[in-house]
Amino acid sequence: MASIDINRVSKTYAGGNRAVHSVDITIGDGEFIVLVGPSGCGKSTLLRMVAGLEEITEGEVKIGGRVVNTLEPAERDIAMVFQNYALYPHMTVRQNLEYGLKNRNTPRAEIDARVAEAARMLEISPYLDRKPRALSGGQRQRVAMGRAIIRKPAAFLFDEPLSNLDAKLRVSMRGEIRRLQRRLGTTSIYVTHDQLEAMTLADRLVVLNDGRIEQIGSPLEVYHEPASTFVASFIGAPAMSLVQAELHGDRLAIGPSLLNLDGYAPASGPVTVGVRAEDLRPAHAGEEALAFRLDYVEELGAHRLVHGHVGDQALVVTLPLAAVLQDEMRLAVDPRRLHFFARESGSRLATAGLPPVLRQQAMEPAEMPG
Amino acid sequence: MQKNRLFDHLVLILGSLFLMVPVVVAFMTSTHTAADIHSNGLSLAWGDNFIETYEKVLTREGGFTGQVTGSRMVMNSFILGIGFAIGKIVLSMLAAYAIVYFRLRFATLAFWVIFTTLLLPLEVRIMPSYQVMSNLGLLNSYMGLIVPLLASATGTFYFRQFFKSVPDELLEAARIDGAGPIKFFIDVLVPLSRTMIAAIFIIMFVYGWNQYLWPMLMTTDERFFTLMRGIKQILQVWIGSQIPDYNEAFALAVLAMLPPVLIVVVFQSWFIKGLTENDK
Repeated sequence: MASIDINRVSKTYAGGNRAVHSVDITIGDGEFIVLVGPSGCGKSTLLRMVAGLEEITEGEVKIGGRVVNTLEPAERDIAMVFQNYALYPHMTVRQNLEYGLKNRNTPRAEIDARVAEAARMLEISPYLDRKPRALSGGQRQRVAMGRAIIRKPAAFLFDEPLSNLDAKLRVSMRGEIRRLQRRLGTTSIYVTHDQLEAMTLADRLVVLNDGRIEQIGSPLEVYHEPASTFVASFIGAPAMSLVQAELHGDRLAIGPSLLNLDGYAPASGPVTVGVRAEDLRPAHAGEEALAFRLDYVEELGAHRLVHGHVGDQALVVTLPLAAVLQDEMRLAVDPRRLHFFARESGSRLATAGLPPVLRQQAMEPAEMPG
Repeated sequence: MQKNRLFDHLVLILGSLFLMVPVVVAFMTSTHTAADIHSNGLSLAWGDNFIETYEKVLTREGGFTGQVTGSRMVMNSFILGIGFAIGKIVLSMLAAYAIVYFRLRFATLAFWVIFTTLLLPLEVRIMPSYQVMSNLGLLNSYMGLIVPLLASATGTFYFRQFFKSVPDELLEAARIDGAGPIKFFIDVLVPLSRTMIAAIFIIMFVYGWNQYLWPMLMTTDERFFTLMRGIKQILQVWIGSQIPDYNEAFALAVLAMLPPVLIVVVFQSWFIKGLTENDK
């Protein structure tokens, strides 16, 4: 159990390639942090620097208040779970689990007790004497997690541990990781490129892009208050629609459509407007609305994802099955639900709208006209 | 289909006959007496001299000094073959380990330097090697026989390729598990390399077993004679009207063939087992 401080950490590879730019993250004791971003954003590099598998070019990593920059991975009191499991193929499950403890000269009785406990917790007791090759992907991943928890480290590091599993197994293992982490209360850093995994697992998300932090926050904060167009388009499925628009005082012009913002507008000028698919609804008669041209529909069972255009800009909207689909539709949106970003920098513009906290609260469901 | 299969079998049978008949002829001929062979030529039938010939070959003290027996030569050949194989494996594994896993500045250069020695077979450097061994006073010793031939570009190359195919995560997991460089090598890499070790052991043992030129140069003392030299020794004795001991030469040839065959059979099963068991 320990806190982790990542202090202005940078990574420059030989050849001047800068993978991580001065990253600051403070992780509390027992917190589950997910580093999320597209491939090549530096999330794995950052994790590996914490693990000690990658040298830290600049800055400081502290685990439990101790600077670990120059310590060997084994001395950092961390355990890591790898994407491809990295089980020793020639050892049985039991030997895989024991290996770290043996190297630390743990007494035999203690090792046996811990193996039994970990095996029970992860339900791998029947496989203890098998080799990893005789296990399924999910079982292998459990063994890999067993190898981590058996050491009772100060922190767990997960490097895309579920990416090699099929979709169904991924969902159940996700739940298991969360449950296990809650139960053990061990500080964890989890790297993934899957935003859904990130949202469901994290206490706090760290969204990375190009080696820089775009946003740190709870899943709901990041979802409802994305700090930039990058975060907006990365977090959430379907991705938030981003359209170019002009603000004239309180009037928002998106393509040919005009919306009145009821005073929730930031400063005038060109902006990028973000709108979540679920925040749009069919407009009542006479209401100010966006003229939406339907392209195609994705059926999701409970509701539909309708893809189309406003002017020449793509927009996605979630509609209930009851809604009537037409080639030309009119969509309304609560101005408080719009996200405004600076056109150039892509960073979020403050609105005179709701305080962030209120945004996260469920608003009364939009009424559906007939 | 049926016809095809028949033809397949025919080809296989012909092929194996082609390879087996000379061996059978050598073995059968070795069971006749020298005079018999001299007058009747090679034979496919079983002679009645089997026990005498092999007993004589294995136990008679021959050579000029009368100090070396067949069994002694077999032992020498074994020492050479096994010393060779093990020495080469140990050396080339360690070299490959250093080249692949340590961030040495000139690792790639070192590898290519080792690799280019492939272009310099023993025969090219045989004089300098002899000179060095002679100056070190290692003529007529097992060490002198084995050591100069140990550096193996082939082995280093194979192990390097193999180590490169081992996923990096294994090393990282081992580092997190607190295994240092030596522990990682012994606990993880060596067991993973079993198949490679078996394959290289086969190749190197046979190579060492079949060495002829180097042992001939290095040893004048007959106590260090290997089987390969023994065979030649027998045929060389052609004094006056004496009939060469064809039967003994054949017997020695058969004996010389057995160990490599055994090694291949034993290690092959290990080799195949390893191949099918290993998935990373």
